[in-house]
Amino acid sequence: MYDFELVKPSSVADAAAALGDEDAQALSGGQTLIPTMKQRLAMPSKLVSLAGIEEMQGVAVSAVGGIRIGAATTHATVAKEVAGSYPALAALADGIGDPAVRNRGTIGGSLANNDPSACYPCGTLASGATINTNKRAIAADDFFVGLFETALEEGEIITSVDFPTPSAANYQKFDQPASRFALVGVMVAKFDDGVRVAVTGASESGVFRWSEAEAALNGNFSADAVAGLSVSADGLISDMHGSADYRAHLVGVLTMRAVAAC
Amino acid sequence: MPKDSGIGASSKRREDVRFLTGKGKYTDDMNVEGQAHCYILRSDVAHGTLDSVDTSAAADMPGVRGILTGEDFVEVGGLPCGWQVTDRFGEPMQEPKHPVIAHGKVRHVGDPIAVVVADTLAEARDAAEAIDVSITELSAVVDMAAALADGATKVHDDLTNNLCYDWGFVEENKDAVDEAIKGAHHVTTLELVNNRLVANPMEPRVAIGDYDASTNDHTLYTTSQNPHVIRLLMGAFVLGIPEHKLRVVAPDVGGGFGSKIYHYAEEAIVTVASKQFGCPVKWTSSRSEAFMSDAQGRDHVTKIELAMDENGKFLALRTDTMANMGAYLSTFSTCVPTWLHGTLMAGNYTTPLIYCNVKAVFTNTVPVDAYRGAGRPEATFQLERVIDMAAREMGIDPIELRMRNFVQPDQFPYQTPVAVVYDTGNYQGTMAKLLEVVDRDGFAARKAASAANGKLRGFGVASYIEACGIAPSSLVGALGARAGLYESATVRVNATGSISVMTGSHSHGQGHETTFAQVVSDMLGIEENAVEIVHGDTAKIPFGMGTYGSRSLAVGGSAMVKATEKIIKKATKIAAHLMEAAEVDVEFKDGQFSVAGTDKSVAWGEVCLAAYVPHNYPLEEIEPGLEESAFYDPANFTYPAGAYACEVEVDPDTGKVEICSFAAADDFGNVINPMIVEGQVHGGLAQGLGQALLENTVYDENGQLLTGSFMDYAMPRADDLPSFEVDHSSLTPCTHNPLGVKGCGEAGAIGSPPALVNAVIDALADKGVVHIDMPLSPSRVWAAMNQAG
Repeated sequence: MYDFELVKPSSVADAAAALGDEDAQALSGGQTLIPTMKQRLAMPSKLVSLAGIEEMQGVAVSAVGGIRIGAATTHATVAKEVAGSYPALAALADGIGDPAVRNRGTIGGSLANNDPSACYPCGTLASGATINTNKRAIAADDFFVGLFETALEEGEIITSVDFPTPSAANYQKFDQPASRFALVGVMVAKFDDGVRVAVTGASESGVFRWSEAEAALNGNFSADAVAGLSVSADGLISDMHGSADYRAHLVGVLTMRAVAAC
Repeated sequence: MPKDSGIGASSKRREDVRFLTGKGKYTDDMNVEGQAHCYILRSDVAHGTLDSVDTSAAADMPGVRGILTGEDFVEVGGLPCGWQVTDRFGEPMQEPKHPVIAHGKVRHVGDPIAVVVADTLAEARDAAEAIDVSITELSAVVDMAAALADGATKVHDDLTNNLCYDWGFVEENKDAVDEAIKGAHHVTTLELVNNRLVANPMEPRVAIGDYDASTNDHTLYTTSQNPHVIRLLMGAFVLGIPEHKLRVVAPDVGGGFGSKIYHYAEEAIVTVASKQFGCPVKWTSSRSEAFMSDAQGRDHVTKIELAMDENGKFLALRTDTMANMGAYLSTFSTCVPTWLHGTLMAGNYTTPLIYCNVKAVFTNTVPVDAYRGAGRPEATFQLERVIDMAAREMGIDPIELRMRNFVQPDQFPYQTPVAVVYDTGNYQGTMAKLLEVVDRDGFAARKAASAANGKLRGFGVASYIEACGIAPSSLVGALGARAGLYESATVRVNATGSISVMTGSHSHGQGHETTFAQVVSDMLGIEENAVEIVHGDTAKIPFGMGTYGSRSLAVGGSAMVKATEKIIKKATKIAAHLMEAAEVDVEFKDGQFSVAGTDKSVAWGEVCLAAYVPHNYPLEEIEPGLEESAFYDPANFTYPAGAYACEVEVDPDTGKVEICSFAAADDFGNVINPMIVEGQVHGGLAQGLGQALLENTVYDENGQLLTGSFMDYAMPRADDLPSFEVDHSSLTPCTHNPLGVKGCGEAGAIGSPPALVNAVIDALADKGVVHIDMPLSPSRVWAAMNQAG
């Protein structure tokens, strides 16, 4: 790790100001950034910790439906706080990493990093959530741009995420055996205005919606409706843990299982 | 009735008090006054000429004490290989120099290029980034078959090719084996890979060099399984430091599994750096460094053929293996695929004709050496897999086929056709015990229940035998070992009767401090707590060959028994004098010396005190004091054996394998501490099942290590494994060591991979799958089902 300066602002405005410096980098739970820095693969001159910003913490469940999760809320807190209001999202949060990761890692950090095998981008996209920043509100459909790429601008900070609550939802994660990130993960969420299906771990472009499955499920919300469907292996990840064909196959299997479990 | 102390008791591990309360003293916990830190700049390419290493800018960086490069080690020896293999044609193996720091060429990712010593590790690392290294990259040799092809790029320019040796065993049997296979009723052929593993002990390697210029004494603290061996190899062969000026200390060591047997470059580096730069120098491996600098394990590619008559009786066995040595010959690398592998090809069976060919190959990968089981897992895996496949092809039940071919209990001692003689065993006994533990009759119902849930259930067994208690010195010497493999012990009785035992065995998780104390206390009839086991320091222990190959109790324990017997003999003489009796009339029992037929007795403590306060003492007959040493060289290997069963469920939609149950019936001979033995079996099973299901070391075609961290190298976790059923009650004591013990450290890792793979293949047999190479990851299992279907 190289030397760096650490600042701990207590407000989003102060954090945004601190991030104005060249080479400054936001630090949330640090579950990706810190190991990267320890390997000297990243060398920010300044880390702006978001952990002490009160307005970015916690979960608020609205009486009329919908959940707002502060961006600096840890996975463990989300798992506990939304267990009643959005059990599928709670289960997703509870399956990330291990207890140490879940007690440090945050939803905002995970979304900003947009690892192609991470769980939260999948849960967020399937929920049709809205990502609120210090500048604007971004729909999940517009937020995830590509591999480790998001719509966030330089210095823009995610402050919270708004989740509409589905009438039924389920997340199926198939573990990569070593890292236990998602080799493939599929989230199915059923709303009054339609079904959303999001897939993580599979695509070289990161999380995506499987529109063909959504259309089939809108007509008939049952596992049988998606039994005959398959995603193309083109553009899917192929590595030592699974070929593109295997991942394409898993997308189908996990979607059926998610629907069946809804 | 279980005993509550001594031999046979499940005494609690006394070392756990410090380990479980964070008080263990590991090498990285040590910090020597004035210590500097070193960072090793390693090659990031697998193969290239090292054109220049310019350290001038780095030398001026803050905190830097000095920098070492390959130039600094040109005049010293290379890291030695401890075993010379002679090839099929009577020629010695090709043995390249293994420079401490790369010189002229780099030959694997991780090969050391330069060492920076600085006040802090961060400063050393900063300076290392300022070193200007110029490498002309060469094409890397990674695949073994490609490495052996004509015109292949050579890993070592001064060798003829990339073939270390072409070994045949038993060479005189070759033609007869070929003939028998040609004429057999049925031949089953299987090609398979034994996947390369990274040992990954919990504690990474650490070395501290501490040179005292005022006395010219060198001290090396290191994470080693055998400090005396390191002193011998580094002192005599690499750096030329005589034993009396070199102390090697291996304190608490957090697991080794073989990977901490070898003499590594870093040990020589810190020793040289400490003298050259005038300060103690510490090196601590990161986990990333461990992946590219710890010797790796296995990595065999094998074709095996088993010939049978119409009743399934084994007639002949032929096996051809390519064994990866990596870029250099690690300390025991050459004996693993030969003498620890070919000699076990008989397994538990009476196969009369066996021929084993092994080609050891240099590649641009990390060196490969012994890893838990070392050669024996590779032998067992291919044998137990081909037997299962043969059973299926012949339509014979796989257990029945094994039973038909087992060495019978009345055939011991059994001379195998591959040199070794099994002293004792009962393979039917362990198989029968296994079948008591597993409900094989209920399998059909369980399979049906799984099928109702959309799952495929399979049942597999494997037998195994291993050669442990390494090793008879004269035999291994004849086979090419450059050292004897005896063990030493000194039993020091203190004046008030307590005992310090100095053993050349080294405990790095095995629980010797408990088990060895149980043996000595039992022999002397004193409290276990009155016996202290001292190990891991060449300044305290006369000599030792260390711990590997399940040898500590069988060899080190036997030395300790011999020394304790000498103690009893001398103490009896003293007691006879104290009681004014004839020595022959004195009996020693339960810590009391007594004269037969009288009420005269004298306690252990009184005799010990007399030895050190010899006011009333037979000074004209024996010397004062009560301390004895013994060296024990075994007459034969020991042969633990057993039978394992595994039951799995496969999800046909995803290929994921779940281990439903695993049972092990082992014959370890006599057992000193059943709880510790069970723990050893559990650990071995976890590693064996890890190999079978999860672990794999992958290099790309350029020699880049793709599995360089736990993000891609899958270690077994607790939730990957079932609760194990283990039994060691069907036992045949070893006939040639005083305790009748065989060794239990490696068995689990040897017998479990084939049991698991056999179970998965059983589950998938209806789908036409006949073999899948380890690890049986979901993607591989799914691919196999789809290719076969």
